Amino acid sequence: MSLIAEMLSYPFLVRAFAGGILVSVCAALLGVSLVLKRYSMIGDGLSHVSFGALSVAVAAGWAPLPVSVAVVVLAAFFLLRIAEDGKVRSDGAIAMISASALAAGIVVTSLSTGMTTDVSSYMFGSILAMSPKDVMLAAGLSLAVLILFVFCYHKIFAVTFDESFARAAGVKVSAYNVLIAVLTAVTIVLGMRMMGAMLISSLMIFPALTSMRIFKSFRGVVVSSGIVAGLCFCVGLTLSYGFSTPAGATVVLVNLAAYGGFWLAGRLL
Amino acid sequence: MSALITCSHVDFGYENHDAVIDLTMDVEEGDYFCVVGVNGSGKSTLVKGLLGLLKPTAGTLRVCEELKKTGIGYLPQQTAAQKDFPASVYEVVLSGALNQRGSRPFYSRKEKDMALKAMEKLGIKSLKRHCYRELSGGQQQRVLIARALCAARRMLILDEPVTGLDPRAIQDFYGLIRRLNREEHVTILMVTHDVANVTGQANKILHLQQRALFYGSPSDYEKSLQGRSFLGGEEV
Repeated sequence: MSLIAEMLSYPFLVRAFAGGILVSVCAALLGVSLVLKRYSMIGDGLSHVSFGALSVAVAAGWAPLPVSVAVVVLAAFFLLRIAEDGKVRSDGAIAMISASALAAGIVVTSLSTGMTTDVSSYMFGSILAMSPKDVMLAAGLSLAVLILFVFCYHKIFAVTFDESFARAAGVKVSAYNVLIAVLTAVTIVLGMRMMGAMLISSLMIFPALTSMRIFKSFRGVVVSSGIVAGLCFCVGLTLSYGFSTPAGATVVLVNLAAYGGFWLAGRLL
Repeated sequence: MSALITCSHVDFGYENHDAVIDLTMDVEEGDYFCVVGVNGSGKSTLVKGLLGLLKPTAGTLRVCEELKKTGIGYLPQQTAAQKDFPASVYEVVLSGALNQRGSRPFYSRKEKDMALKAMEKLGIKSLKRHCYRELSGGQQQRVLIARALCAARRMLILDEPVTGLDPRAIQDFYGLIRRLNREEHVTILMVTHDVANVTGQANKILHLQQRALFYGSPSDYEKSLQGRSFLGGEEV
């Protein structure tokens, strides 16, 4: 308890908690849809593209956040197009794009400034990354995601479960896919600086897979993912403060532990 | 008997080529209509056209007013991702009522009752809380039919519904479709590769190879050149 009180006495940690919980919950909700559509790779690909965009922006002296949001949104459209084709090569193409973006980012950075603290914190995350402006952005984002999930829940279910049927029933499937891709892109750019480009996709994938171990209905999986993501983030951040470990990596390990717990519970039930 | 859907000299296709050419056919009330043909013969394109997802590039497609209002129930081919989707049977069936809900964000009592009734009709009410991915192939297909019936009770379009089912589930499935067709007066349009089984129950067969190679009754189909190429059968 005293540890938590101590943590909350630092404004930057309060911001990290607030921003981190919001981003984690958004990532988890969007992640349910991505995982179930077999688009897990897209989250990973986007985070690498985002890293590339940030590095180039930093090297060129542009504002990092707007540039990377724009680039990642574009990449999200593109990756979704590849994945929708459903051809065998789509996962290979995504892996290729993500590795190339990462490589481009690293080369551009080393040519211009060398690995600055800025870039390495993008790669592995930094607890100091959340500025008051970021927290506001995260709040706006999570509001958008929550509104989407509350008011369009049934349409999201239909689109995720069966696109052909949803299309025949008159749902604008492409519009929903684009909306989800854009929100995913923003979530990744926001969360990446805290979690790190290498680890942010785990925030999308883990909670959904964890919840699927126990819950057998879509509603159950969605609600549980949100809760699991928020709790894991809080536990992870507290542990990382207590043991002075990197925040992003600690949160991922807590998520892994949660997965193990749910897996075991699913086996026993 | 009134025509639900009438096609006269219709072409369906995409920007660069037409997958279905000069098709004339009509689906009448109470029909059990089967579309057969090899892969890539334009069957799926035809289904998209009938569902209104694709505009005809030539000819006229007339859908009767009543069908426009109630819509067509659709049973798409199953995708791999669905096979392990965490969803309860009830959630899946209820999602069929999506098109009747308009812009309301939640389902009303009426739609929930409809979902329950559809499940009862297909004998899957006891599975209501079960997880979709834990059902057998045949049960999953029943769930999807219940969903399609929620969307529309007048007409169902089934796209290769028996693919991946075991022989017993297939017979079971045909029995069910026959019952819906005869007792509930649901008009059926089925795309299938399983020619041998459907000639016994359909009343109209369309053999598609871009153009209609054969369009008529099953008994004539068995005698036709196309029918013999698909059914094997003896020389006549």
